[in-house]
Amino acid sequence: MTTLTPVAAEPANPDPALADRPGRRPRRRMRTGTFVSFLAMLAVTALVLLPIAIIVLTAFKPTAEVNAYPPTLVPDHWTLDNMRRIVTELPFSRLVLNSFVFAGGVTACALVFDSLAAYALARIDFRGRNVLLIAIIATLMIPFQATLVPVYQLVSDLGWVNTFPGLIAPRAADAFGIFFLRQFFLALPRDLDSAARIDGAGEFRIFRSIVLPNVVPALLTLGIFTFVNNWNDLLWPLVFTTEQEMGTITSGLSLLTGPGGIIPYGVMMAGSLIAILPLAVAFLLVQRRFIESVATTGLKG
Amino acid sequence: MFLLPALVILAAFVLWPMISALRLSFTDAAGFGTENWVGLENYAAVLTDPDVRDAVLNTLLYAAIFTPTAVIAALVLALVVNNPLLPWRGFFRTTLFLPFVVSMAVAAFAWSYLIDPQVGLLTYWLGGLGIQLGDVLEDPTLAMPAVALVAVWKSFGFYFVIFLAGLQDIPASLYEAARVDGAGALSRFRHVTMPLLSNTFAFVLVFAMIAALQAFDQIYVMTGGGPYGHTQTIVMEIYESGFRKLELGFASALSYVLLIATLLLSIVQFTFFGRREEDLS
Repeated sequence: MTTLTPVAAEPANPDPALADRPGRRPRRRMRTGTFVSFLAMLAVTALVLLPIAIIVLTAFKPTAEVNAYPPTLVPDHWTLDNMRRIVTELPFSRLVLNSFVFAGGVTACALVFDSLAAYALARIDFRGRNVLLIAIIATLMIPFQATLVPVYQLVSDLGWVNTFPGLIAPRAADAFGIFFLRQFFLALPRDLDSAARIDGAGEFRIFRSIVLPNVVPALLTLGIFTFVNNWNDLLWPLVFTTEQEMGTITSGLSLLTGPGGIIPYGVMMAGSLIAILPLAVAFLLVQRRFIESVATTGLKG
Repeated sequence: MFLLPALVILAAFVLWPMISALRLSFTDAAGFGTENWVGLENYAAVLTDPDVRDAVLNTLLYAAIFTPTAVIAALVLALVVNNPLLPWRGFFRTTLFLPFVVSMAVAAFAWSYLIDPQVGLLTYWLGGLGIQLGDVLEDPTLAMPAVALVAVWKSFGFYFVIFLAGLQDIPASLYEAARVDGAGALSRFRHVTMPLLSNTFAFVLVFAMIAALQAFDQIYVMTGGGPYGHTQTIVMEIYESGFRKLELGFASALSYVLLIATLLLSIVQFTFFGRREEDLS
């Protein structure tokens, strides 16, 4: 790539607001082009938002309007009937609670275990470290779906079917998180902990009070990522929980749509709205950092 | 030891299940009763079973629809949004990424309603344009594109963000230099953007293919594998044989088929990925 760059030391990504367009090309044509792509982007965005809009609006639509022809997007009359029904037709608060315990439990465990392992792999020298690292990275290549049957058998041998430990344990550490955090730990300067080491601080103290506080953004990103993935996961809660009481909101809703469970669209959308609400709110709050880190993790993972 | 908890979990729930699946794949295990060693019988069954052959073909069809659509949509949108003069770039970036936090199951509910043959809004609008959708999810040729497009809707934002990051890593000086040399927009794309984005492109492509091999959620919700098995994928088949019919040996052998396919793709990915690291250093 260097063959192409006479000047390599320029900032790769100037702030779009500050980037000044050189006036060599005809100004008008450029503006028209940008305007056309702006309009196209608005259309694409509208299409992308349509399913989300239909969830939000249908959730508050009376059944008569949901089933009316021609269909409409915005309800004429707003109602809370669908919300009321979804709460009574499912052990709904239980499912929401389960989702929080499952996704939250996995996230908490994974953050602790992954960061401990990542610390050892990044900052402690021991024999066989590279072999271990490669072995851990290799597990990234094993799709969860391929080990579903034996994982289920193992958990059931442990007597953990329909319990939270059984639901959480298989996800409590993962290679991606270890690898991701290790990259951040490697980037921290070594001088940071050598002073503490001279003062006689043990590894765990260095880990807890020097290294961890420096990677809070990385922990936050990994945490949100893990939470979203598990909250949204269907297959594992579906095969693992044989009692409806132990399902998550995602698996609970899916069971309703099966051949046995005919459920009105309005009620379905009310449930969907509740299922996406916590994630959508969290996402919109941290979206900037989250998107940026997804971009880097996507490349690093 | 710092590593112990993570290693125990990985060993117990990734490594051991892999070995265990290998062992199961040579038995007639059914979740109860005795397990008998049946040698390669399950693999023979997997390789000759017409249902498995259909599931593999269906998965390939799904991948052939999903992968190019999602990757090309993501790339084109990233190129458009990368234009620094475009207004509302932050808004577009956030909105296009938003479906990524919606679960595939919920996405499937929303799309099922939108394309419902009687009361679907999209069915109605397209009908107004003269396009009659009919009952898409009951249509043997349209059901698969429909479930694949739901996945495109959910996933393309993720690939879009990765492409955008890749584009922004290309030094602005390169474009300047090309412009000075008199290169037009098209030739700047061909000679600057394409070569410098090719590794990102390969990464996203393989990533999307691996995701396609694992298709399950929206198919389970929208069609249950129907109509007449036309959307039955490999993971749907694993789910049904392993958890509905309790043919654990058969399901395990099938799992290994999925595992090997994924491994092959991952090796391709790591090779590309490794090359990218070398380029940077």
